[in-house]
Amino acid sequence: MRTDLITLRPEGLYCAAGDFHIDPWRPVARAVITHAHADHARTGHGAYLASREGERVLRARLGDIALQTLDYGERLRIGDATVSLHPAGHVLGSAQVRVEVEGEVWVASGDYKLEADGTCSAFEPVRAHTFISESTFGLPVYRWRPQAELLAELNRWWAANADAGRSSVVFAYAFGKAQRILAGLETRIGPVVCHGAVEAMNRAYRDSGVALPATRAVSEGLDADLLRRALVIAPPSAQGSPWMKRFGDYADCFASGWMQVRGARRRRAVDRGLVMSDHADWPALMRAIGETGAQRVIVTHGQVAPMVRWLNEQGLEAGAFRTEFGDERDDADTEVRDGALAPDTPDGPPA
Amino acid sequence: MKRFASLYDALDASTSTRAKVEAMRAYFALTPPEDAAWAVYVLAGGKLRQAAPSRLLRETGARVAGLPDWLVDECYEAVGDLAETLALILPPPEADDDAPLHRWVDRLGALRAAAAGDKPALLESAWRALDARSRFLFNKLITGGLRVGVSRLLVTRALSSVAGVPAETIAQRLIGYLASDPARAGMSGTRYEALIAPPGEGERGLQPYPFFLAHPLQQAPAEALGDADDWLAEWKWDGIRGQLVRRADEAALWSRGEELVSERFPELMEAALTLPEGCVLDGEVLAWQDGAPLPFARLQTRITRKTVSRRLIDSVPVVFMAYDLLELDGQDLRPQPQWARRQKLEALLTASAHPRLLSSPLISGDWLALAGQRAQSRDRGVEGLMLKRRDAAYGVGRVKSDARGQWWKWKVDPWTVDAVLLYAQRGHGRRAGLYSDYTFAVWSVAADGSRTLVPFAKAYSGLTDAEMRAVDAFIKANTIERFGPVCSVRPELVFELGFEGLQASPRHKSGIAVRFPRMLRWRQDKPAAEADTLEALKALLSPEGSIPNG
Repeated sequence: MRTDLITLRPEGLYCAAGDFHIDPWRPVARAVITHAHADHARTGHGAYLASREGERVLRARLGDIALQTLDYGERLRIGDATVSLHPAGHVLGSAQVRVEVEGEVWVASGDYKLEADGTCSAFEPVRAHTFISESTFGLPVYRWRPQAELLAELNRWWAANADAGRSSVVFAYAFGKAQRILAGLETRIGPVVCHGAVEAMNRAYRDSGVALPATRAVSEGLDADLLRRALVIAPPSAQGSPWMKRFGDYADCFASGWMQVRGARRRRAVDRGLVMSDHADWPALMRAIGETGAQRVIVTHGQVAPMVRWLNEQGLEAGAFRTEFGDERDDADTEVRDGALAPDTPDGPPA
Repeated sequence: MKRFASLYDALDASTSTRAKVEAMRAYFALTPPEDAAWAVYVLAGGKLRQAAPSRLLRETGARVAGLPDWLVDECYEAVGDLAETLALILPPPEADDDAPLHRWVDRLGALRAAAAGDKPALLESAWRALDARSRFLFNKLITGGLRVGVSRLLVTRALSSVAGVPAETIAQRLIGYLASDPARAGMSGTRYEALIAPPGEGERGLQPYPFFLAHPLQQAPAEALGDADDWLAEWKWDGIRGQLVRRADEAALWSRGEELVSERFPELMEAALTLPEGCVLDGEVLAWQDGAPLPFARLQTRITRKTVSRRLIDSVPVVFMAYDLLELDGQDLRPQPQWARRQKLEALLTASAHPRLLSSPLISGDWLALAGQRAQSRDRGVEGLMLKRRDAAYGVGRVKSDARGQWWKWKVDPWTVDAVLLYAQRGHGRRAGLYSDYTFAVWSVAADGSRTLVPFAKAYSGLTDAEMRAVDAFIKANTIERFGPVCSVRPELVFELGFEGLQASPRHKSGIAVRFPRMLRWRQDKPAAEADTLEALKALLSPEGSIPNG
């Protein structure tokens, strides 16, 4: 039997043939990064390899790093391995990592979603012998409605609030979800105000060539009448913080796949849950796995046990890697747990 | 059904009381009475008899969704609600049904009445016709309950505002409205119209009054309540709160859940008939022997079954310990001051002199003396003291703003123990998907000095939402093994548990059973090794094997 191309090490996923790690959680010499969310892209590695599309956002998150970039599909020989990156459709620059050694192909998905959202390159299926898949929403209760419907609903809600003279606050992860929502807003309804953490990522998106509508900062001192028609995008950590006080009696909404479940919605205590996720839902996970043609699937972070069992029952050879990506918590949906961007994390684990 | 589904969504989404009342008001104003009748019933917490067993519902749902049973179980673990789980996994509907609510309740009745073999097909055809929101409600109604975070009080307020009828009148009628099983008594637009009709004469029947509830006293009474002379003190009994209603040749006993429990206490019914017509006592049902209360566990044996045998009646004798008089000679006494109702109560019970109808004695003294009495609570088998303002009227529910009129429970401090979190289970409803129900252990020290953790109590209340999320995250990161919905956790977290009583219990592995355990605080300062021992807990047991309920 051949040895596995990618194995689990204490530092993270490791490819011995190329002597590099994928999204390692401890400092290593050479890291291939699938995307710039904090649980996948960490500081302290010697050298980084990531997609060219994600260069600006990665630098915005990690600062001055030794970064080499690849276009999607471009091949790079590292040791005995041939590495290429392919769009994962999760956030700007997100990539699946394809590793080939002597004709055997493994693909590590990072985080992915199948529906094209207009703010990043859309997911592309990659044929593989072994596919390492995330499983954040790997239960059949998670099924998303099309983005166009969700955005139309959001715009209707905003318009109704604006007509009633209340600002509309959307809590969404500062990197990815926020820009996706922003790109889908009907900006003739009113002004769009972004929290500083969101605006920092907006800048990185715009610098990367993604068109986003004009946004304003609270520091501009918008007048009260205008603010009452505004849609505000803020990170989840802003909920309940003093920053929110300026919006008075506002309506709020939390945009996350977790909002699919009533208990999670009620815990969030917002007026509305917008079931919008940057991860694949159950049908999409199954479709993606099928399209790789992989006979072997290794499941990481999320609903690991049920996914593994289900895939085995479907006749695949399924196993699991216990990673430190995401976790099962409410806010794991592309959570930003970066000190600089999300100043307080009320949901964090015990200190 | 869609209109009701929209109301449900509005109630479910909002955290504001005002918005909820307004949403219900708008719904009732526009809804035909035959639908409103059911909406009131289910919103106010009325139960429907289960129309199909949960197992059948789950199996049929799994089959229709094309998923194996185990995966549906996994989904249920994540969602925490079977009705919702099924609504989420079923394939999209084929029709778009919007029959009115009462028609769907009729279909539920048909489902309930159907032979077991016909139920799956009925379920399937209903699911095919309903959209996701209506499906969820339909499933909820099949399993009997709605639980939408609306209290009966809010429903009362909404109806009162729609109908222009005083909230008290609605509240009183609502008790009877909810107490009769619609499967037996029927439900109709007429019943709804009667519920919101202008108040009439002599329509009281055997209905109780809404219970007045007490607040826990958190401060020293001298600071919170002022002069002790303004207050009446009584023991806080550990029994079943009830109203004994005596009207027109009949009597009834209502528990605090406004549930009729007359049949379980026939001897109290006999005693009540010796009272003059047109009176209502408020008090506590207690298991009682030789002039003192028996532990609550004894009383519990009387309430777990619907009819009671002679033998049980003899082995667990009960009394009604009255502390308030709400009605006398058919007159509502609730607006009268506490002291006046008290006087009339004592006069009434002295006259009737029935050994099962006791008057809870007043305890006099300044705050210092009362504190001394309170300290004796455990020895007397009571939970502490009740403090009631002398000149206050009898209120409705748990009155919030006006501290002057409130009843206060001044309980003795609970027993406490530092225990280690050992197992966790996911919660339901608002806590769905969160590990919120915990099993705690203390150290058992063997003769050779070796120590093992022995589970002894379950608790799921006392933490803030933020603390619970943090504990949940710890559990997920430190799970040792999963057994279905339960997981074992690396024994590291220590909590201070409070509990009210302790009894020897051969049924428990630890040999003890605690009453009302709950988390008082998370001892983040304490390592597991410093948690308490079983031996220390057992030392609290009195020689007879129990300590009184505190």
